[in-house]
Amino acid sequence: MNRLAALAAPRQDYSYAFLDAYAKRELRRRTLKAIAIPGYQVPYASRELPIARGWGTGGLQVTLSLVGPESIVKVIDQGADDSVNAANLRRFIARMSGAQTTTDALKATIIQSRHRIPEEILREYQALVLQVPDPEPLRAVESNSSRAHEMHAEADYGQMWLVLYEQLVRYKQYIQGASYPSLVNGRYVISPSPIPRWDTPKLHQSAHLTLLSAGREKRLYAVPPYTDVYPLEFDDIPFQVEDQRGWVCAITGVKNKFMNEIPQPDGTSTYELSDTGYMEKVAPADATRTEPPGATYYDEQGNFYHDGYLKPPIQPEL
Amino acid sequence: MTVISSRPSSPNSNDAPRLITAPPLLRAKGLRKTYGRIVAVDEVSLEVYPGEVMGIVGESGSGKSTVLRLLNLEEPADVGAYTLDIPDYAGVNLFTLERFARRMVQIQHIGIVYQNPYLGLRMRYTSSGNVAERLLITGERRFSTLREAARSWLAASEFPLDRMDDPPRKLSGGMQQRVQLAKAIALKPRVLLLDEPTTGLDVSVQALVLDTLKRLQRELHLAMVLVSHDLGVIRTLADRVLVMRGGRVIESGLTDQVLEDPQDAYTQQLVHAKL
Amino acid sequence: MPLLTVENLSKRFYVDQLQREIAVFDRLSFTLEPGQFILVSGANGIGKSTLLRCLYRTYRPSAGRAIYESRRGSIDLVRAADVDIALLRREEIGFVTQFLRPRPRVSALELVAEPLLAGGTALRDAEPRAKAMLESFGLKPALWGAYPTMFSGGEQQRVNVARALIAPRRLLLLDEPTASLDSSARASLIARLRELKSDGVALVGVFHYPDEIRHLVDGEIHFESGALPPELEAQNVDQ
Repeated sequence: MNRLAALAAPRQDYSYAFLDAYAKRELRRRTLKAIAIPGYQVPYASRELPIARGWGTGGLQVTLSLVGPESIVKVIDQGADDSVNAANLRRFIARMSGAQTTTDALKATIIQSRHRIPEEILREYQALVLQVPDPEPLRAVESNSSRAHEMHAEADYGQMWLVLYEQLVRYKQYIQGASYPSLVNGRYVISPSPIPRWDTPKLHQSAHLTLLSAGREKRLYAVPPYTDVYPLEFDDIPFQVEDQRGWVCAITGVKNKFMNEIPQPDGTSTYELSDTGYMEKVAPADATRTEPPGATYYDEQGNFYHDGYLKPPIQPEL
Repeated sequence: MTVISSRPSSPNSNDAPRLITAPPLLRAKGLRKTYGRIVAVDEVSLEVYPGEVMGIVGESGSGKSTVLRLLNLEEPADVGAYTLDIPDYAGVNLFTLERFARRMVQIQHIGIVYQNPYLGLRMRYTSSGNVAERLLITGERRFSTLREAARSWLAASEFPLDRMDDPPRKLSGGMQQRVQLAKAIALKPRVLLLDEPTTGLDVSVQALVLDTLKRLQRELHLAMVLVSHDLGVIRTLADRVLVMRGGRVIESGLTDQVLEDPQDAYTQQLVHAKL
Repeated sequence: MPLLTVENLSKRFYVDQLQREIAVFDRLSFTLEPGQFILVSGANGIGKSTLLRCLYRTYRPSAGRAIYESRRGSIDLVRAADVDIALLRREEIGFVTQFLRPRPRVSALELVAEPLLAGGTALRDAEPRAKAMLESFGLKPALWGAYPTMFSGGEQQRVNVARALIAPRRLLLLDEPTASLDSSARASLIARLRELKSDGVALVGVFHYPDEIRHLVDGEIHFESGALPPELEAQNVDQ
């Protein structure tokens, strides 16, 4: 026993940022490849982590490969910084890396998120890491993943368009909610994680880097800064984000930001900002107010910051 | 009439075409296809001119469906060349194309109607969507244009437009074939391949579908290859016919000549068995 | 120059099942000028139709030549490529049979217009001409839009003749076209044949009652039963 201990390297509980050096190196190489080929799904060897697959392991691995002692990390779950899952991940990342944490989207250097992109416009040199349950946009139309791979190679997205055609014929509108399929850099269609349609346009020509990673499916892909991202839409029937006109945040009085609907016992609903980090900044109580809010993707009137990107609705004629 | 001998006369071999000036649209030469030790198709050659219907008859296992699969570029022949007189690809052996180019040729220039509509249609999508998909593949992105195309090609196939948004699984066999046909011609292909298109339909429905085919063939000036074991269907549609047996072409000629004055012993049996 | 020069044309059928070859005619020769009408005569079942079918290539001639001067050049109908024959059938050579082959749910008018449409005539031009043809052969206008599958033999034959004669042809092969026509329809058919003949169309025909067209005939091929080769049963035409 003694002799063996003397031969081994000094005992350390974990590598820096939990993953060993080889795992981090692999992830960084895969990430660079994903950035080099926007929207292309790069396979990687998803490692075991002390949380279960499906609880953000894909995002966590990318975050751990990026994080350093000087990083400032924000973790969001369904828009909230304070959910159990978000708190767990944030604490784990900080403990393993010595990074600072924040709830302020504009202060963070790395934002790991499930289901939302913050309301405030992210800046250059920020990385948004999205946790992805199902990276394959063709899954619904092609169950054979080898075949789906060929279809990506040939940009054979006819069936995805056919699904939209069918939606218009049957429901007179695009009914796909979250994870709306979008074309990146005019080449690959991605499934932009289950972010609401509200957030999909935020990927277009963004200043920040977006990395999307699926731990269970072992694939990661990227939307580099200043890259075109367009939701699939027919030329004459524009894509629409969720219609939340008239919804007012019960706490802050803010309108035209993405809201959670909270059903009331009397059958009505009240609404609350989904983005809790943003809510802190606009909350009326001075005690919780930290910084003034930054510019947002959608202004007070609900206009998107890229003029003309979102168009007024048109009903399809059958 | 007098019986003068018991020696078979050798069938005439024809001269090369001299009067027809247009080149053949479809040209297949020396096709051979094997599956393991089974020779499915051997030394099959055919030329089809624009506006012409070429029939292929033969019993099950004669290789006629394999020929159609080869012509639809579903798989390459082991030996032989296949060319279509189409822009960018004239003179190119289509079997040598890489997968993407082959698929583009298949989508834009070749239409096919299968005997089994489940092979040709997405049964749970709308009928109009099945037709529109062809245009979607080639990049059409206007919903109104897709609707209009689906409507006009379904109408051209004599499909009742009040049912255009019904899924094919809710339609009768004859209607399903009309959806397949509308889908096959939606990109105005130069070649239309028909694999037993009316087999399994009621006789009266069969006659209607055949008539639609005949009209479309005339109006679109397609080169059609029609595979059938039904000599009545062949007689109605085909200008010329190939008789296949054991993977080979054993007789070819004008349809009426092959049916009324068959030269080969097997063809004589085949014709007399059916008439 | 003759439109058609037939030299030593022979037809034998080989029936595999019987292991036998049956000769129909042997080394038949004749010529046909534009505007000429040759009658093929002889007893029933002797092979008169076989000659017409050999020229139309429904039957493959066994030997000989049949040089036809088409607008696109001269060609041997015996050895011509199938596609060339198909082209001549679309453009120059017509065949009038004894029977109509009606198709379900295709109207009389559509059937008659079809050869014009196949030759590239637009529907709006083909339709009035089809109507005129049906009218001249005495089919009641009430039947024009009806399906000939339901017609009587005589009505079907009017449609058949109208269909066969509607498209302009340079050589017409007539296989008992008058067989089931009544006298008035026969008269209009014969009038039509006279017109075609004077327009320079060459005709070869088999007629059940040859006397009624005798005045149009320029020559005759007579098939006799009995000895076949080397002596011809068919007499060459005395022109």
